[in-house]
Amino acid sequence: MNAKTAFTPQLLEIDCDKELDKISEAIRNTLGRMLHKRGLVLGISGGIDSSVTAALCVQALGKDKVIGLQMPERHSAEDTQGLSSLLANHLGIREVSIDITPILEAVCYYDKYDEAVRAAVPGYGLDWKSKIVVSDITEDKAYTLFSVVAASPDGRMVKERLELSSYLSIVAATNFKQRIRKMLEYYYADLYNYAVAGTPNRLEFDQGFFVKQGDGAADIKPIAHLYKTQVYQLARHLGLPEAIINRPPTTDTYSLPQGQDEFFFSVPYEVMDLCLYGKNHGFSAGDVSRHTGLTPGRVSAIYQDIERKRAATRYLHLAPVLVTEVPEIVCDPIVKKDLG
Amino acid sequence: MMKHESEVRKFIAEKFFFGEDNKVPSAASLLDAGIIDSTGVLELITFLEEQFKIKVDDDELVPENLDTIAGICAFLSKKIT
Repeated sequence: MNAKTAFTPQLLEIDCDKELDKISEAIRNTLGRMLHKRGLVLGISGGIDSSVTAALCVQALGKDKVIGLQMPERHSAEDTQGLSSLLANHLGIREVSIDITPILEAVCYYDKYDEAVRAAVPGYGLDWKSKIVVSDITEDKAYTLFSVVAASPDGRMVKERLELSSYLSIVAATNFKQRIRKMLEYYYADLYNYAVAGTPNRLEFDQGFFVKQGDGAADIKPIAHLYKTQVYQLARHLGLPEAIINRPPTTDTYSLPQGQDEFFFSVPYEVMDLCLYGKNHGFSAGDVSRHTGLTPGRVSAIYQDIERKRAATRYLHLAPVLVTEVPEIVCDPIVKKDLG
Repeated sequence: MMKHESEVRKFIAEKFFFGEDNKVPSAASLLDAGIIDSTGVLELITFLEEQFKIKVDDDELVPENLDTIAGICAFLSKKIT
């Protein structure tokens, strides 16, 4: 238990001016002294994380040294393109739009995904919509289990737990989206001698909510140390458009709208931030429960799940493992301690 | 040794340790020991259903039945008539 400070949600409040200066300096130093690149490319989706990351890149480098890639596909939310363009116009950055549907069709993503869902929901047809959801870890069960929720054209909803082969097939196919987007980001980075900015927030980074060599790949991740609550604080401080700030967090991955809490965390991000902060700073489950609406038992279950997800997703953070060290080559970047 | 224990231990050794004998205590939590994660649970369920010709129902997917070697063996004893 943290004996020095009482736990309150206000502990997540940051000095936005100081944070902006810190991140700007880190971006400039990283690009200029470490990476030797001339600007930054990032994928923009109209979501809060990519929007704040883009704004921070502009703050650090100027709008002429930032390129935003919009990469929608068949299942993208209807407001994704509009909000992405809104952001790009607001920041004055160059925006490149690439529909990745043909690329996904070329790798048979849609066929593979539909086939995997059909194994769990036999009646699943081409005009159905679906999403993947996770079991509620606050129900005192220790296992994170995945189900597919499918909606028929006449509005029937079907939910089926995914068995191993269906789950792996869906994950493998869906990961194409993030990896194809990253491939395009690095194409533009190479074209302009730029680096690639990743956009995970602290919760996503900590809990492995990204695809290896997909959205997990980047040269710099300017907001990976910030709780999502803090990302929103910066968004307001930077004066980002209200439509972006007010948009509900979404994975924007499936044909049915899917909140990020439905897929990975099973509780709203505001609650997860408090739990993650509480755990990271030694607060008891009881301290945190008073501000989350959850029982101490459920906060304890979340604490335990945080550790299990860290263990299960540790491999996503690893650089390639060498059998024997090659001491002349430094693989791990130097991270300034005050960014931790 | 409990009924089905050798088969369960063989599965764990082959699936998660590439055949090496891991000497997991029967009462040790497979989750807490980091041997099994959420994907590993699905692999375990698939093994139990295919090897023992049973169906693991959703309400049976609880740590009491699946999180220890002892628990798995007890669960199998109940399911297999």
